[in-house]
Amino acid sequence: MDNKQLEEFVKSIDQDLEIRNGKQFTEVTLLPSQLYAIAKLLREKEEAQFDFLFNLTGVDYGQDLGVVYHLRSTVHGHSIVLKTRTSDRVNPNIDSVSDLWETANLHEREVYDLLGIKFTNHPDLRRLFLDSSWGFPLRKDYVDDINIVTK
Amino acid sequence: MEEKVEIIATDEKQEFIINMGPQHPSTHGVLRLVVSLQGEMVKSLQPHIGYIHRGIEKMCESITYPQIIHLTDRMDYLSAHQNNEAVCLLVEKALEVDISDRIKYIRTIMSELSRLQSHQLFWATFGMDLGGQTCYFYGLRDREMILDIFEETTGGRMLVSYNCPGGVMYDLHPDFQKKVKDYIKYFRKKLPEYDAILTGNVIFRERTTGIGTLSLQDAISFGITGPSARASGLSCDIRKHEPYSAYDRVKFNEVLFTEGDTCARYLARVEEMRESLNIIEQLIDNIPEGPYAVKMKPVIKLPEGDYFQRVETARGELGVYVISDGNKNPFRMKFRSPNFVNLGVLNHLAKGFKIADLIAISGSLDLIIPDIDR
Amino acid sequence: MRFDFIASYVSAFTGPWWKIFYDFSILTGAVDEWLKGSVSPFWTTVIEMVVVGVVFLLFYAVVGLFLVYAERKVCAFIQNRLGPNRIGPFGIFQTIADLVKLLFKEIIPIKNADSLLFNIAPYIVIIVNFMALAAIPYAKGLHAIDFNIGIFYILAVSSMSVVGVLLAGWSSNSKYSLIGAMRSGAQIVSYELSIGLALITIVILSGTMQLSEIVEAQRTGWFIFKGHIPAVIAFVIYVISSTAEINRGPFDMAEAESELTAGYHTEYSGIKFAFFYLAEYINMFIVASIAATMFLGGWMPFHIGNLEGFNMVMDFIPPFIWYIGKTFVIIWIIMLFKWTFPRLRIDQLLTLEWKYLLPINLVNVLIMAFLVLKGWHF
Repeated sequence: MDNKQLEEFVKSIDQDLEIRNGKQFTEVTLLPSQLYAIAKLLREKEEAQFDFLFNLTGVDYGQDLGVVYHLRSTVHGHSIVLKTRTSDRVNPNIDSVSDLWETANLHEREVYDLLGIKFTNHPDLRRLFLDSSWGFPLRKDYVDDINIVTK
Repeated sequence: MEEKVEIIATDEKQEFIINMGPQHPSTHGVLRLVVSLQGEMVKSLQPHIGYIHRGIEKMCESITYPQIIHLTDRMDYLSAHQNNEAVCLLVEKALEVDISDRIKYIRTIMSELSRLQSHQLFWATFGMDLGGQTCYFYGLRDREMILDIFEETTGGRMLVSYNCPGGVMYDLHPDFQKKVKDYIKYFRKKLPEYDAILTGNVIFRERTTGIGTLSLQDAISFGITGPSARASGLSCDIRKHEPYSAYDRVKFNEVLFTEGDTCARYLARVEEMRESLNIIEQLIDNIPEGPYAVKMKPVIKLPEGDYFQRVETARGELGVYVISDGNKNPFRMKFRSPNFVNLGVLNHLAKGFKIADLIAISGSLDLIIPDIDR
Repeated sequence: MRFDFIASYVSAFTGPWWKIFYDFSILTGAVDEWLKGSVSPFWTTVIEMVVVGVVFLLFYAVVGLFLVYAERKVCAFIQNRLGPNRIGPFGIFQTIADLVKLLFKEIIPIKNADSLLFNIAPYIVIIVNFMALAAIPYAKGLHAIDFNIGIFYILAVSSMSVVGVLLAGWSSNSKYSLIGAMRSGAQIVSYELSIGLALITIVILSGTMQLSEIVEAQRTGWFIFKGHIPAVIAFVIYVISSTAEINRGPFDMAEAESELTAGYHTEYSGIKFAFFYLAEYINMFIVASIAATMFLGGWMPFHIGNLEGFNMVMDFIPPFIWYIGKTFVIIWIIMLFKWTFPRLRIDQLLTLEWKYLLPINLVNVLIMAFLVLKGWHF
């Protein structure tokens, strides 16, 4: 499917989804509560079959914390981007997709390690690179007096 | 650190936990695998990474795009050129800069040479992992010559930093074409030697065939890319699917195997060496005249928005994802590094095999640790 | 002290001085007689033992150092390198420099290691080496102990080195060492069988286990030629399984550098590590000399039937040179194995032994017995 058809397809799943056609990918913005269900549909629907999660990025937008999923289908060759964000900075919770795509396991651990986003239902959510005494360095409000020089 | 490793096997579970790494001869860097064994059999393993975590993504948020290029060298140091290229292509795509054919050709040749030397080092170290130490010297002998070619043109041997947004740093050395052509001639003669010492060896075949088999479904689910995935039959060559630089102008085969075992992963890389030679051969005589760099603004600011660019490095798909807020440094920069993703499959592959097979499997995935940790 | 040793030497020695290279018993006998005449029989034995011990120590060190150097050069030759070439002419003093370095290194005590076993393990390996070296005939008359069960003795002694390896691995409180030791235990015990059977093939052919007689029996032709195909098969099996026995080449499970860092001697440092390291090379020397003795005629020159002229020329080369030459050919083959082949896995290693070498060997022994019974050998 090309981007136009994809847009139609996502619309057919849920009318209220916010869809933006970027330069490269169709971007769908979801609420954290919707994420898992929609991801599962995209993974399993015959005409979509997004079976290849090729990137999972955690982002700190300043106020919100978000996660961006880049999906591709190895069958149809089309790609889509799912975006979700939560405004809870103390205890951010997003559903894990690691049972849909195994590769999400490591990616989500990385996001948890660097941004502190907790993935519910993740089988093995531990710090990945850093030990537990560190803060979450990729957050914009992370302070490190020694290594980060502020002008 | 977090868990206390038991000294003696626990009685009930009969498990024997060993720490493989961070200093271990065949983890090729500072990867630490906590392997739980039953006898010689691997029951499960957990990779512990982060020993060389430098926070490249965080650093990128405070430096400019031309500076970022020099950081990407340090991720997958054997695919330094492709890493540079990924960032440059992303910047050029965001700014909609047209680069000349000469730049495209140069980048393609360089990136194939880079792939060639990376696979040669893979071949060398894989042989050593399996105990054939002679391979190491044969592989390095040939790799040195490529590094010499790099050094002449770029000034660097491994961390070339040759690309810059809008082109390459310097023009090719006058001897470049001649040397590359000589090298191709030389290396074509040496490839049968590679086959003779390792590929055709009975012990090697016995050690690798049927070991660590990765099915196509698992390869997709685990997000494996690069030669490791193509050994399982997953067509994922970015050079074919989303051609960048001059890859749309050359004819080459995507090396695909269906076995998915350690041997297939090895063969895929050896075959890719041949394909790389073919690609270079097609381009080296036809490098067009033109400027080697397009003039860019002194301060590069990407327009607001999301950008994604991927390239095929020697180990798989490198994705660069940038969220820009219109400033001269990125708001968020993410590197989807192939090794990080490929590491995830190690536990799945090694389970149930011997400890010697674990070495063979992790060797065949060709992991580069600085790329995992970033 | 009276120096009529010289007189008795001259009296016992009728030919020119270089004759002793062809029969060392002239020299040793003269020394023995002189000692017996000058001191009591008890002191004769003591002095002779000390002399033999010192000679073996020197021989051990020289052979060990030379083999380390040789291995480096062979491996460099195969790998397109130069090898050591800085210290002394062609780098021959490189290994001595390394030994001096190892002597001066700190011996690191290991926490929670069983210190008694940890400390005696290298000595066990070394002692076993010496015991085996003592029974090997180096040349005519150059033979420390000539047992009537010589080959049986060597087999028994050399299989004891696994005790040292097991102790080293077990006592050093390191998991890599333990795995290495267990592997080497399984491996040595298995391959001992093949070595034994391959040698029994030759024992059947020669009809004796005394090494000097085995060598003497090959005056008319080396056993590898005399024994038809079974001897050749036994030779090939012997070379393969002795490579496994000494933890080398494609069978270096116990050390498996890329898997177990250094196997059973991971935790050793300084001179104790040097002991293990030297013992490995001396082991190689021992198995090569047994192969040379049993299959290639020991110190016997190479003779072809009735070609008198040719045989005379061969006889002119001293037996000691023959012996060293044959041994080093075998060592060269074993070194080639190591530097060309990748390593086997432990289960493949045991499969090779129990499913292939052992049955072939058993059948081979039968065939050989049949040949000897019928008198069909040369």
